[in-house]
Amino acid sequence: MTSLALALRPLEYFFAQYRRVWRGTAVTSVVTPVVYLLALGVGLGVFVDRSASLPGDISYLDFVAPGLMAATAMQVAVFEASWPVLSAIKWDRQYHAMLATPLRVRDVVIGHQAFFVFRLLLISTVYFVVIAAFGAVESPLGILAIPVTVLVGLAFAAPMAAWAAHTESEVSFVAIFRFVILPMFLFSGTFFPISTLPAPLEVLAWLTPIWHGVTLCRDLTLGDLSAGADLMHLAYLLAWVTAGLVAASLTYRRRLVV
Amino acid sequence: MSDRNGDSLIQARGLVKRFGELVAVDGIDFDLQRGEAFGFLGPNGAGKTSTMRMIGCVSPVTDGTLRIFGLDPAKDGVAIRGRLGVVPQMDTLDMELTVRENIVIYGRYFGIPRRQLGPRADELLEFVELSERANDRVEPLSGGMKRRLTIARSLVNDPEVMLLDEPTTGLDPQARHVVWDRLYRLKRQGTTLLLTTHYMDEAEQLCDRLVVMDRGKIVAEGSPRDLIERYSTREVVELRFDDGSRPEDLSFWTEGLVTRVESLPDRVLLYTQDGDAAAHGLHERGLVPESILVRRSTLEDVFLHLTGRSLIE
Repeated sequence: MTSLALALRPLEYFFAQYRRVWRGTAVTSVVTPVVYLLALGVGLGVFVDRSASLPGDISYLDFVAPGLMAATAMQVAVFEASWPVLSAIKWDRQYHAMLATPLRVRDVVIGHQAFFVFRLLLISTVYFVVIAAFGAVESPLGILAIPVTVLVGLAFAAPMAAWAAHTESEVSFVAIFRFVILPMFLFSGTFFPISTLPAPLEVLAWLTPIWHGVTLCRDLTLGDLSAGADLMHLAYLLAWVTAGLVAASLTYRRRLVV
Repeated sequence: MSDRNGDSLIQARGLVKRFGELVAVDGIDFDLQRGEAFGFLGPNGAGKTSTMRMIGCVSPVTDGTLRIFGLDPAKDGVAIRGRLGVVPQMDTLDMELTVRENIVIYGRYFGIPRRQLGPRADELLEFVELSERANDRVEPLSGGMKRRLTIARSLVNDPEVMLLDEPTTGLDPQARHVVWDRLYRLKRQGTTLLLTTHYMDEAEQLCDRLVVMDRGKIVAEGSPRDLIERYSTREVVELRFDDGSRPEDLSFWTEGLVTRVESLPDRVLLYTQDGDAAAHGLHERGLVPESILVRRSTLEDVFLHLTGRSLIE
């Protein structure tokens, strides 16, 4: 039995669970980008384009759309890897059910992350179609923003799952949303270039995976790649995914195998 | 594993589980034979669940050896768990999925093909008398029905050994009897059962052989009848007294009538071969308790004798 085959078995559970709620999430994943792009790309964009010029003289819609795509993946990923993970440990205890069968801790970790890949693939595909419809995809390379967005999501889902498996209660989740994710959403290059931030904050923004994700997505939809920088963004995201998975394997094991 | 008993499915020698300073299981030895129903009887905190979790390969052994099907849980967890059926103390059902989906998805964890799982789920639901609820969500089911579903689910891989951790804790008496009846049927079909319980009636109903556990140690082993014969008398006279009317020196009244006296806060237990004769003797001597009850000895009396404490405190 190969490792992957075992790790894919939990997916069937998460799919069955998802079947109950998919309608709601499908509506949200279409409505959210439309609303954001209308308000920011079209509405606010008119003023931005009139008063300031963005690097490369692009429209504000072109600037903000790929950033929103990556930032949305971040939010969905953090949410999916918080309450559902703790629930599978504490409330509906599905991880325990899985571990009573041939599945191992690593299969449970990978299996749940595999479901996040599926969720992220859905929302980023929808997002991409919407921003393309708004005319904000300037290059055929833009399609690659979909897998990159999935990677951005995982760069958050893996460490967040590691934390959720470590923490005793859900109180920290709200704090993480408010004090970590929201500032990243607002200040990491989604809505304006981070070069406008004061120097220390700019350095901080470089360290966030979301800035790398936003920048890479934007380079792809604009077709404005610079090999060195973009490979570095990719490597940075992969490093977060890897570190998150290693951490999750440790915290899951410590929590579930005692 | 060349054991004297060639068909030993589980073998533990000097098995220890520690959590930091706490010693949950303190060097126990036991063997589980194919086809038997074997029980761990003991109060909460005796180390029963820790033992079950080590056998289920979800809790590493601290010391000693444990072999399941001749395999080492530290190395062969995947293979071992594939042959076990686990009924955990706390339910791990998905409340939002249907009864049937819970079985099918659990079967998929074992890698059983979906087309086999449909008929298998129907068969199992019929066995636990839940066929009519197959397509209902789990959440509104009663505690007894959820337990039966957990039992059905644990049978999906046709396990060689079923691990049942406190299978009827929290159920009302009627629901308990339904669960016992199903487990009894499994036992008669030759399924090997390993269960923990703190209910002496459950142990008496289901176990061919059991060990009494207290504070991480095994304090006695045998069939329920053996244990009662060895550690108790045939009958027990239970006396209850009104406040203040309990005589200070009981031995004055019971001298020569009973083998042993156990004085509990709420009652006095007199151990004797013939309860009616002892009760009659007390009456003749003029002892008038508030109530007097003659009954058979149970495993509760065995536990009390071995540890000086009750099973349920």
